[in-house]
Amino acid sequence: MLKFSRLLAQVISFAVFGVALAYFSNSPSYTYHDAEMALIMVSFSHSSERKEECRRFTPEEIAATAANMRRPMDCKRERVPVYIEVMLDGENLLSKSYNPTGLSKDGASSIYERITVKPGQHHLLVKLRDSGREEGFDYESDTTINIKAKELFVIDFRKELGGFYFKRDE
Amino acid sequence: MLALKKILRIGFEHVEDWFDIVFGAKWNPFYQLGALGWFYYWIVVVSGFYLYIFFDTGVTQAYQSLEYLTHEQWYAGGLMRSLHRYASDALVVMMMVHLLREFAMDRFRSPRWFAWFTGAPMLWLVFAAGISGYWMVWDQLAQYIAITTAEFLDALPIFGESIARNFLTDAKLSGRFFTLMVFMHIALPLFLLFVMWIHIQRHATPKVNPPKELAIATLSMLLILSFMKPALSQAPADLSIVPTTVNLDWFYMPIYPVMNNVSGLTVWILLIGATLLLMLVPWMPPGKRAAVAVVHLDNCNGCSRCAADCPFSAIDMEPRSDGSAYKLEAVVDASNCVSCGICVGSCPTATPFRTKSELSPGIELPDDKIKELREKTIAASSNLTGDDRVIVYGCQDSLDPAKLAEAKVGIVTMPCIGMLPPSFIDFVLSKKLADGVFLTGCRDGDCDFRLGIRWTDDRLAGERDPRIRKRVNQDRIGKYWAGMTRRKEFFKELTAFRLRLNKLESSQAEDKIKTNDSSEKIDA
Ligand code: HEM
Ligand code: SF4
Ligand code: SF4
Repeated sequence: MLKFSRLLAQVISFAVFGVALAYFSNSPSYTYHDAEMALIMVSFSHSSERKEECRRFTPEEIAATAANMRRPMDCKRERVPVYIEVMLDGENLLSKSYNPTGLSKDGASSIYERITVKPGQHHLLVKLRDSGREEGFDYESDTTINIKAKELFVIDFRKELGGFYFKRDE
Repeated sequence: MLALKKILRIGFEHVEDWFDIVFGAKWNPFYQLGALGWFYYWIVVVSGFYLYIFFDTGVTQAYQSLEYLTHEQWYAGGLMRSLHRYASDALVVMMMVHLLREFAMDRFRSPRWFAWFTGAPMLWLVFAAGISGYWMVWDQLAQYIAITTAEFLDALPIFGESIARNFLTDAKLSGRFFTLMVFMHIALPLFLLFVMWIHIQRHATPKVNPPKELAIATLSMLLILSFMKPALSQAPADLSIVPTTVNLDWFYMPIYPVMNNVSGLTVWILLIGATLLLMLVPWMPPGKRAAVAVVHLDNCNGCSRCAADCPFSAIDMEPRSDGSAYKLEAVVDASNCVSCGICVGSCPTATPFRTKSELSPGIELPDDKIKELREKTIAASSNLTGDDRVIVYGCQDSLDPAKLAEAKVGIVTMPCIGMLPPSFIDFVLSKKLADGVFLTGCRDGDCDFRLGIRWTDDRLAGERDPRIRKRVNQDRIGKYWAGMTRRKEFFKELTAFRLRLNKLESSQAEDKIKTNDSSEKIDA
């Protein structure tokens, strides 16, 4: 091959490589979240109640235990799942149970949910069950939110603050 | 897997043939992938060092400091930033092509396991280093990466507290993570350098620097690219706003959209499974292994040539164990020996001129003994006639005797052409077993056993021991590094060589009687 055409082919090879680097280093773009929509995040961890209530050991049972292992109460450590419902303008957006973490199921349940919603004014109702009851809820809270597109609204839960806790970075 | 490998190999060979024409064997980037990787790595380090001088490591100031570099100092800081990004991208490209190529060319099987095995963790290190780098920009892309990475880490049941929760509102906590990322972005590349160094420990004279011209060309390309399309940030991170459309660097983040749509645990299982599988590949069937080189101490004089020539650092020179007067002896590390025979070609005692045929050289392949090579040479010469009798020596990856049948030459193959002691050429010519010797092997620039061709060239040129004797007429030696793919060119070169032989003064006639005479002696 002629010297010039070889050189040309070399330049073309490098140019192709360069263009590929330039292009794929930031294209095509990827849409993670629709820019027309707002986002509600349900995110917290919460320790629910124990599955079984503590029970006093009978005197016979205490007698049968080694002296250094004696305790007055028998407490099983396993917790019940945390159950959550999220309603927006009367529409159910989430109803789900979260198992406790840990090998003996005695840890907190971790909740992390992403709910894409239309922007605007909404009535938000959240309910949580963390006890062994079959029906009804242990915590309930509602609020009116006005959320813009791309905005993030976080539903938190803090038992020490009395239950649900809404926050939004202004 | 075998079919895939074959297709890959054919694909590579076609593309490389083309690049050989354009760049020549010496500058063909496909033969320099590892070296180019090192080169890109150094560009990344140097440019990164510059950026770090101006970079503000606080989560709120980081973005601004990069904006300053990009816009106010576009001619230096901006340029360095772009170089940093594009060289990192080029490193990924090089690494993936290098991985595929080593796989396609079958250079990873058990005796060659080391480089492959240590390559796998480098994949993680390179990707983690790149991701932590994009994190440091703290723009919307960084925010997206932070959220997705944290969710991914949360899928593992080892972190007590959710990490992703840090990126919902609390700017202080994300600041702590930011600092951690800045640290990682320095620690990971340093560790990568260490593993890169480990990676080539079993390679004698590893190719870690590309040829100067190729380095200049690739650096120029990166510079032009950096001026034409400077690396920019996206909008600054804002935790109260959800990242929407992000411009991913697809070299580093192809897995991120997958992480958004598949459960984190599934992705973990896939990634770890794939890595383990990759690391086990060297021991997968077919695992047949040729016998490794063996040292015969009674013939080893401790000259160290074999240790210097072994491309896989499989020979150590150790103190003499047999009480002989020589100081050192060669010791083969069986787990690293790939049975290429290059050490045999370098051993001064591996010569066909020996009369005691029982005698074996200092080092030898049990499956391809020097004695057999000598016998094969004599047998190959027996059917040759005329004034252009040629013996072709080649490696088993470059010569298919069936396809050469018509050429009417004597064919002798061995694992690697580097196994041929130069004295064999002297032997063939001085004993008039043929009028010329033609050597062939893998494609120029890409010896399957790394250094076989290079050492052969050097030995014939008298630049490396064992040198070919001065009395040998170089006109009667031809060579063409063809591999299996360049049959046409090979025949052209061979034909031209024979024409040259025909033109040489036919000194054979007067010697003819002698020839028969000597070959009888040889056979005995
Ligand atoms: C940062 C990334 C990497 C760099 C800079 C790099 C660099 C190198 C260099 C310089 C060589 C020596 C070439 C020679 O002198 O012949 C080499 C060989 C090799 N590398 Fe890599 N490498 C990288 C990643 C990988 C990966 C990911 C794999 C595969 C899992 C891999 C597998 C191999 C193999 C199989 C060999 C050849 C071994 C042999 O010839 O026996 N490398 N690499
Ligand atoms: S055959 Fe010889 S040169 Fe080749 S790897 Fe083994 S010891 Fe090294
Ligand atoms: S080249 Fe031969 S003689 Fe020299 S050290 Fe190696 S085995 Fe011994």
